[in-house]
Parts: sequence; C-alpha cells; structure tokens
Amino acid sequence: MIEIEKVTKSYGETVVVDDISITLPSGGVTSIIGPNGAGKSTLLSMIGRLLSPDAGSIQVDGLDVSKTPSDVLARRLSLLRQDNHMAARLTVRDLVTFGRYPYSKGRYTVEDERHVGDALRFLGLEACADRFLDELSGGQRQRAFVAMVMCQNTDYVLLDEPLNNLDIKHAVEIMRLVRRAADEFRKTVIVVLHDINMASAYSDHIIAMKNGRIVAHGAMQEVIQQDLLSEIYETQIAVESLNGRRIAVY
Amino acid sequence: MSPFSPASLAAASFLLLALVLTSLFVGVSDVTVGGLVQGDAHAREILLASRIPRTLALVLAGMGMAVGGLIMQMLARNRFVEPSTVGTVDSATLGMLVMMLVAPGASVMVKMLVAALFALAGTALFLRILRTIPLRSTLMVPLVGIMLGGVIGAATTFLAFRFDLLQSIGAWTTGDFSIVLRGRYELLWIVAGLTALAYLAADRFTVAGLGQEFTTNLGLNHRRVLSLGLAIIALVSAAVVVTVGTIPFLGLIVPNVVSMMMGDNIRRSLPWVGLIGAGLVLICDIGGRLIIYPFEIPIGTMMGVIGAVFFLFLLLRRNARVA
Amino acid sequence: MAMIVLALLALTASIAFMTLGARGNWSFIIPFRGAKLLGLVLVAYSIAVSTVLFQTITGNRILTPSIMGFDSLYILIQTVLVFFVGASRISAANPHILFALEVSVLVVFAGLLYRWLVSGAVRSLHLLMLVGIIFGILFRSTASFLQRVIDPSEFLVLQDRLFASFNSIDSTLLGLSVVMVMAVSLAVMRMLPVFDVLALGRENAIVLGVEHRRVVTLGLGMITLLVAVSTALVGPVTFFGLLVANLAYLLLPASRHAILLPAAALIAIALLVGGQVVLERVFGLDAALSMIIEFIGGIFFILLVVRGAAR
Repeated sequence: MIEIEKVTKSYGETVVVDDISITLPSGGVTSIIGPNGAGKSTLLSMIGRLLSPDAGSIQVDGLDVSKTPSDVLARRLSLLRQDNHMAARLTVRDLVTFGRYPYSKGRYTVEDERHVGDALRFLGLEACADRFLDELSGGQRQRAFVAMVMCQNTDYVLLDEPLNNLDIKHAVEIMRLVRRAADEFRKTVIVVLHDINMASAYSDHIIAMKNGRIVAHGAMQEVIQQDLLSEIYETQIAVESLNGRRIAVY
Repeated sequence: MSPFSPASLAAASFLLLALVLTSLFVGVSDVTVGGLVQGDAHAREILLASRIPRTLALVLAGMGMAVGGLIMQMLARNRFVEPSTVGTVDSATLGMLVMMLVAPGASVMVKMLVAALFALAGTALFLRILRTIPLRSTLMVPLVGIMLGGVIGAATTFLAFRFDLLQSIGAWTTGDFSIVLRGRYELLWIVAGLTALAYLAADRFTVAGLGQEFTTNLGLNHRRVLSLGLAIIALVSAAVVVTVGTIPFLGLIVPNVVSMMMGDNIRRSLPWVGLIGAGLVLICDIGGRLIIYPFEIPIGTMMGVIGAVFFLFLLLRRNARVA
Repeated sequence: MAMIVLALLALTASIAFMTLGARGNWSFIIPFRGAKLLGLVLVAYSIAVSTVLFQTITGNRILTPSIMGFDSLYILIQTVLVFFVGASRISAANPHILFALEVSVLVVFAGLLYRWLVSGAVRSLHLLMLVGIIFGILFRSTASFLQRVIDPSEFLVLQDRLFASFNSIDSTLLGLSVVMVMAVSLAVMRMLPVFDVLALGRENAIVLGVEHRRVVTLGLGMITLLVAVSTALVGPVTFFGLLVANLAYLLLPASRHAILLPAAALIAIALLVGGQVVLERVFGLDAALSMIIEFIGGIFFILLVVRGAAR
C-alpha cells in the first residue's frame, strides 16, 4: 500500500503538485493520466524518492520514503524513468545486472545470474545481450531498461511513460508485460501514460490529474467517462464501447 | 532622467572627465594643479611624458575593447563572447611573438598589422569551428572559444619558452598601463578611428545581430558586414595587446550592462559602451595605483577578478531564471 | 589483455626514465631519478583516478577537476595562507603540517562549492562547465591579485612554492603524498561497485539504493585529496586528465571502475613518464611537457565538443 499524505511540490512560483492525499491499493495496475504539466511525473518521482516533497509525507508499506535507508527501499520499489541518457557505455547484460545491485551490492552470485538470464529471455533480449546500449534501436533500449527494473524484482514498480518512442508492437508488448507482472507475479504497478486507450485497456485503477491535483480516481470504468475526460483534457472526447473495451475517440 | 536622453549621456561624459582628471593627478610623483600653475618643470614633464599618455591610453583602450566586445557579440549572436574569450587576443599575442622571432627590427606599426592578421585568422578559425558544431548551445560558444584561446596560448608559451621570450609574452598577456609613456602609446589612436568607423556602421551591425537571413532580407551583404566587423575587432585587439597587453572581460561586461539598460540598438548603445568601457578601465587603473601604493596592481589582474565575478553573476542569474 | 600491454608500456617508460643517458655514479642517480619518477607516477595516478571519478559523478565525459577550477582553488588557498599568516612564518613551518592544513581547507571549500554545483543547482551542463571555468579564472586572478598585494620579498617565497613543475617536483611532500594516495585508493577500492552504479546517473543510482548525496560528497572529498597531491607536486595541469580518461574509455570498452581506473592510471603513467623521457633525453627540452599536454589536450577537448560528446 502506498499512502500519500498532503504532498506539495513547487518549483519557484509554480506549484506542480498541490496538496495531494491518496492511498494506492496493493496489487493491480494503476495508471496516472492527465494533460502535460499536470504533475504526474513529479508525483511518481516523489514516490520513488528522486525528488523530495516540500510538504507532506509518502509511505510505502508503512516505510517513510524520505527516512528509510535507500537500499532498503530499493528492494521494495523500482522506478523506470522517461529519459535514460547516460555517459557510460554499457552492454545490455551489464545494465540488466545492475538490477541486482540492491541485493548483492556488486558481488553478483549465481542466483543473480539466473535472474538476469530470466529477464533477458522474458524481454527477448538474448540475441543482443552483449551489444552496447548506444548500438540498439529505441525499442530495444527501452526493453533493456524494463529488464533491469524486472531484475530488481520489487513488489512495487513505478513506470514513467514507458511507451515513449515505442511503435505499436513494442508498446503493446510492454503493456502486456505490465499486465502479466500484476497478474502472475502479484506486483503493484503504477504507470504514467499519455494514451488514454492504453490506460483503459490495461489498467485496473486510473488516477486523473490536472494542475497538480487529483481530479478523479477509481476503477477504470469510473474514470473513463465522456464528460470527465472532456473536462480534464479541455477537448471534446467521446467514449465508445467496443468488444467490451472502452475506447476514447477524439 | 531617462537613460536614453542626450542629457544623461552628457552627465556620464562629465563623470568620465572627472575620472580623467583624477587619473592625471594620481601617482608616485607629486603632480598638483598648484605646482603646475607655479611652473614646476618636473611636474610638467611627468604630466606630459607619463600621466597624459597613460590616461589617454586608458580611455582609448577601454573604449576600444568594450566596442570590440559589442561588435563581437552582435556578429556571433551570443552574449558571452568577447575578443579575449574567443581566441582573438591570444592569436594577436602569437602574432607578436612570431614577429619578434622573424623580424625583431620591424616597426611597431608593422608588428601590429601582423598581430592583427593573426587575430583575424584566429577569430575566423573560431567562427569556422562554431559552424561545424552540431548542437550549438549558447553556452557552447564561449566554451569552445576559451578552449581555442587556451590551445593558441599553449602554442605561444611553447614557442616563447624555446626561444627564451617568456618575459616578453608576459608583458602582453597581462594588461598593464604603468609602462605607457609618450611615444609608446600613439598607436592606440587607431582605436579611436576604428570606434568612429564602428559608429558609422552601427545599423549594419544591429541588423547582422538579427541573423543572416534577416540581413539578406533587408538587402545587406551579410558577408561584407561580417568581414568589416572582424577587421575592426582584430585591429582593435592587436593595437591594445601591442601597446598595453590583454584586458580580460572588459568587452564582455560593458556591452552586457548596456544591453540590460537600453537594449541592442547599436546606434544608441555604442556611445554608452565606449563611455562606460573607458570609465571602468579608468576606475580599475586608479584603484590599482592606490591599493598598494607606491606599487601598482596591473589592470589585467584587477579586471580578471572583477570580470570573473561579473561573468559568474550573469551566468547564474540566467540559470535562476531558467529554473 | 589490453591491461597487460598498458602495464608493460608504463613499465618500459619507467625503466627508460631511470636508465637512459645515465652517466656516473649509480648511488647518486637512483635516489635522484627515483624521487622524480615517484613524483611523476603519483601525479599521473592522481590525475587519472580523480578525473575518471569526477566524470562518473557528474555523468559527463568532458568535465575534469582542473577544467572546473579545483587546482586553481588550491593555488588560491596557498596564496591566501601566505597573505594572512605571513611568509616568514610559512617558511618556518613544517611543510607536512602546512600541506595538511592547506589540503583540509581545500577539502572543505571544494566540497561545499562543487557539491552545490554538481548536485543539480546548476541545470545545464554547458552552464556548469562555463561556471567552473570562470571560477577557475576567478581563483587564479584573485591569487595573482593577492600575490601583487603581498610584499615583494614575501612574494618570492610564494613563487618558490607555487611554481612547482614537472621539472622541479616538490620532493619534500613525496612521503606524505604516497600516504594520502594510498589511503584514498583503499577507500576507492571499497567503493568500486558503488561508482559503477553511480555511472548510471543520479536517478538510476537512487532507485538502485545508493545514498546519492553521501556518495557524491565522499567521492568529491577523494577527488579533492588527489587533486591536492598532484597540484602540490607539479602545479596545475589542465587537460591531462581529460586525455587519459577518454583514452581509457576508448581503449577499454568496459564500464566497471575496477578496470577503468587502473587502465586510466597506467595510460597516464606511460604518457607522462614516457613523454618526459622523450622530451628530456631525446629533444633536450626540459620543461616543455606541460605546454605540450595543454596543446594536445585542448585540441582534443575541442574535437570532443565538436563531435557532440558534450550533450
């Protein structure tokens, strides 16, 4: 369970996250949607302790993220960021192995190797495991980072716009993986998404944000509503049902 | 009083005049108005041989470097460049050194022209490197310039070291007005001519500062404006380096201050840039003469400290605004 | 494999340094050249390790401690000390205690200043570099300002201490330098895996459980100590670190610091000692090494920037 209490964050004059309190249930896939600048990524970064809130507190399974030692949290919570530019030149295998760092602190065991192998196989990266990240396509690179997060094997997985730069095939693959992580491995996945239809197709809960506040949250069907979405995005959005799925048309 | 009005320009000119007078009467030897009136021959000689040349040199060099910086900033379309951060000054120094090795007997005029040619080549090289940089950010421009200056400087130091001329390049790399005497500064009058030329061409530089397409659109030949600007900058830098040595940051600070005050119409701002440049150099030099009286702190050192602080202020203020 | 070649190169350079052109009494040559060799090796090692660590911490491969003004700050601290304490007392003081004092002041100031700079207060990388360079100029100008203000006779004392170069290594500090370098190396060795994670960038490192702020502070402390050693022995060398660190990345496509750090150090030793041998014994140019390094390193830097390494 993730409990967010009265969290506020501002950059200079601009309030990015404005006094948010919400409890996110364990298990399942929760999507955060909303227009640009709504504060989605900032909220996610604060849960992942990359940013510290100006006020309020965040607890993961009762552990305050700002006070708990970082390595304890790293075994409970992982986060994939939007932009992963780095100066170091790494192979895919090296990168994925870093997912085991919270457990073995650099002295990798046979057990770690097994995890790495599983993750590489799961994401179809075996063929390019020994290639450098900067030699890969955008989709492959994104999957390599997902594999690292998978290797970290935490109960909570935070993903910040994981579908950026991915074509439809790879985007769907990632979302199916997210679904499997929640269904088969009982993970709690929280994912920031831009595409409303991806959110409606793959998530159990949806949080809608605008101007630093949460304007709606609940089960998928409750949030994917014509009026609500139209208001949030300030655009006329129609919601249709198709084969039991909710599709937003805009 | 509006900063644009001729009245405020006149007031600033008066201030400059006051500084000029102060500069005439500050120094180790006693020169007083009373003494001069009573016909003190020694004081008169000091005034004519040392104080007046020094003060004129200060005004000319200050004005020239500030105006050179302004034109440089317009041509590179970047607020953070000036002749000493893009390799111009270092190239001029290299030129001087080469002349000392190849033709030590040449006249000062010839030496200066060769130094100006080197300065021109160095600046052109800088602009050429800039064009090849794929992602050109505002801050990349001065960064590359400083590094290029460093490379040229290292080459100069090496040559000087090989031929035992380190002492001489020391004189050109740190600006120092204490060496200015009658007969050794007159070259700087060229700077006055160049500044006047820059004023006449002011509108062209303003337009060039808006970009090549814009310039061409208005029917001006961008290349020609660029060449004229480069020639002015190179000659000014060479003349100043030859006579008094490098004055760092001056061309950076003054145009930035003026631009903050009144924007970038050069016809309006150039007189101010010249005035404030001369004034700042006078203040620093007078300060340098007084702080450790009877010794002197060279102006290059004074400006190094003041200029670096100001540059940091400019950079970090901009950072705060972005963040 | 590459590592063995590098080690052999470094060793060959060292042997050449000790033996080439040696005439006369060996009991004189060995301690004399040995001290010089030790100095060069310490300097090469310190510059290489501090640069690689600095680049890991800042996540950028064209920043180095010298480009960011570390060694200028050290010179400034030395000058300030002479300025306030007085040259006579400085020259009477035990050089080791003095060195320790200067280094502690440096660690505190550099720690504060650079932790602020690299912890994200300055957002753009180009701005960070420019601010660092200008800080360097400011420190140098302020130092030379104070040097002018100091009594000319006191200035001579300072000049002796400040103008250490490859040719006149300050050998009184060799012993203490060895101890410092060893201590830092032990600490670095214990933290090797942490630095590997740090290379993934601040955010990834935090997510993987690294106490980023603490590690960066510690790392900057180690870097400062190494910079102090090399600057005290031979004075500032701007571009050498940039050169050897990037050569190491090029020659060994490894990301692990357990490989990168020794490789960079070996390259640095081979270049510095080898360069000194070639210049001194073959061309008879005694003090030219630092200028040649600046020249080549500067061009290398511009090439890196032009090719887009500074994104």
